[in-house]
Amino acid sequence: MITLENGPAKLAKRAQNSGVLGDKVFRGTAFFFAAMVLAVLFGIMLLLLKEAWPTFAHFGFGFFYHSEWDVVNEKFGALVPIVGTLVTSLVAIVIGVPVSFGIAIFITLMAPNWMKRPVGIAIELLAAVPSIIYGMWGLFYFAPWFANTMQPLMTDTLGNVPLIGPFFQGPPIGVSIFTAGVVLAIMIIPFIASVMRDMFEVVPTELKESAYAMGSTTWEVVWKVILPYTKAGVIGGIMLGLGRALGETMAVAFVVGNSLELNTGLFYPGATIASTMANEFNEASGLHMSSLIALALILFIITFIVLSIAKWFLLRLEKVQEGSKT
Amino acid sequence: MKLNKKLITSAMIAAAAAFSISAQAEEVTKITGAGSSFAYPIISKWATAYNKEKGVEVNYQSVGSGAGIKQVIAKTVNFGASDAPLSVEDLEKNGLTQWPLIMGGIVVVANIPGNKQGEMTITGPVLADIMMGKITKWNDEALAKLNPSMKLPDMVITVVHRSDASGTTAIFTNYLAKVSPEWKEKVGEGTTVNWLSKGNLGGKGNEGVASYTDRIKGSIGYVEYAYALQNKLPYMDMMNSAGKRVAPTMKSFGAAASHADWKGTPGFRVVLTNQSGDDSWPITGSTFAIVHTNPEKPAEVKAVLDFFKWSMANGQAAAEELHYIPIPADVAQMIEASWAEKIKM
Repeated sequence: MITLENGPAKLAKRAQNSGVLGDKVFRGTAFFFAAMVLAVLFGIMLLLLKEAWPTFAHFGFGFFYHSEWDVVNEKFGALVPIVGTLVTSLVAIVIGVPVSFGIAIFITLMAPNWMKRPVGIAIELLAAVPSIIYGMWGLFYFAPWFANTMQPLMTDTLGNVPLIGPFFQGPPIGVSIFTAGVVLAIMIIPFIASVMRDMFEVVPTELKESAYAMGSTTWEVVWKVILPYTKAGVIGGIMLGLGRALGETMAVAFVVGNSLELNTGLFYPGATIASTMANEFNEASGLHMSSLIALALILFIITFIVLSIAKWFLLRLEKVQEGSKT
Repeated sequence: MKLNKKLITSAMIAAAAAFSISAQAEEVTKITGAGSSFAYPIISKWATAYNKEKGVEVNYQSVGSGAGIKQVIAKTVNFGASDAPLSVEDLEKNGLTQWPLIMGGIVVVANIPGNKQGEMTITGPVLADIMMGKITKWNDEALAKLNPSMKLPDMVITVVHRSDASGTTAIFTNYLAKVSPEWKEKVGEGTTVNWLSKGNLGGKGNEGVASYTDRIKGSIGYVEYAYALQNKLPYMDMMNSAGKRVAPTMKSFGAAASHADWKGTPGFRVVLTNQSGDDSWPITGSTFAIVHTNPEKPAEVKAVLDFFKWSMANGQAAAEELHYIPIPADVAQMIEASWAEKIKM
């Protein structure tokens, strides 16, 4: 009788006890892993700061805006790689965002059913191609073609437009800041397009169909229903692409021309932060090494700023949406 | 008792001696090196052959000359290899010695429509002016005067250089600094320099420079001889320090090496660029092996010396196959004599 009365209760209690213990262990482990992420982040920051310190101590704030990068005479300024990084990424975004938008809209709204899956899978496959392959394609196929056809055309037309004309000048060699931007655009399109597609797909059918029912065209549905509904996700996708463009190393090193001089023309060879580090790390020492690490720190900061802006955008959007609801 | 004590001591000494002999006799089966990427192909080829023949593994990392020097000073490797020799003070300060292990030539290649291998010629100062961006077109007067029989086009010159830090760049800029005071003052020499020419272009590795010069019309670049041969790039002849026109061949590289004053230069600190002699190729360079003179583990350094001794005696054919110039026999003798003199075994 005792067993009948006490058995189940005992068992239940034991189960409860072990659950409490298991919970504690699980919580501790999860906390440890989460804390490790923070520790690694701060560790990287501290190390970068420590190693880059000789450069900042030596050149001061001038390191950020001097364009000279002279290894022999140990004069370092980060302006050329900083500008190169920002401009290549800007070109990539300007080309990549509209194209990705078109792809995502086409897949979600217009493509016949038999096409949706193959195109969707193809985009995801493109995202998985290693960057060096884009780099080699860019160098051996895209750059020569671009130098012989597109570039003269752009120089003859856009190059004559006042104000922006000087940007479209440069020698017809095919490897340039602009080429790097185009290759980056192709690399980030799959990322942005697939995020956008996922976002567009979660727009409730009722909303879309109501709009159609009221006589909206596809264009109006896209601009007035889908985009407002998915703004936050779309911006997140663009920032994801931008983050990849800023830090891309191998593909850019292949097509950017690796020249540390400052030019206004987008068709001149240039350099980015990541490509400069990849090129010069192997034989660097002393102040040179410290300056390369300072470059890394700057890239870290740029990425941080980009992410902060994205976050701020998202927060503001949420607030606006909440405001409109009440 | 006294006798006993003596006996014990002598027994101990004998034992210690026996122990140290056995320690020395213990064979070193693995040696490590790091440094120059210029010499990497030949060192790894020698290493494979040496391993087959003697069973000793030579592990060489192509990390760049600067890193090689750092690693040998830090004693993480048995030997370092550098494309630029260390100064005598640096050698003495760190307890090191160096000797040349291989030599090679660098050629200037240009992509001008219709230009064939060895058709054009150029002098050092004119080359420096092009690389600095002072001469910007192929039909410049200075080039036309040197090549009266050629029809040079009205085409912009694109300077192609190494984007990665490289011993090849160090040798090339060392030559330009020797022949052009202005280059020396404005640019200088090193594994990475500030190229002043507008629109200059960096390619990764010899293969990067070779592929750019192959493709871009009007470009000029510098590569190791082997790469120009492999890619059939039109290289130029050069005027050497004796004012004679020479073509880049194994013979003219060898001539530069033989005219060098190996004996009279302490620490074999000979830079082979711009050597005298009617038949010397002006842009020739060598890679130096570096070891400690007072090693903690003499057996390992001895294994390193054995390897390089073997390579100087048996490695010529392999070197020539890869278009390097092996160390001449008389220089090899000097090198071995310097080992005996400097390294404590």
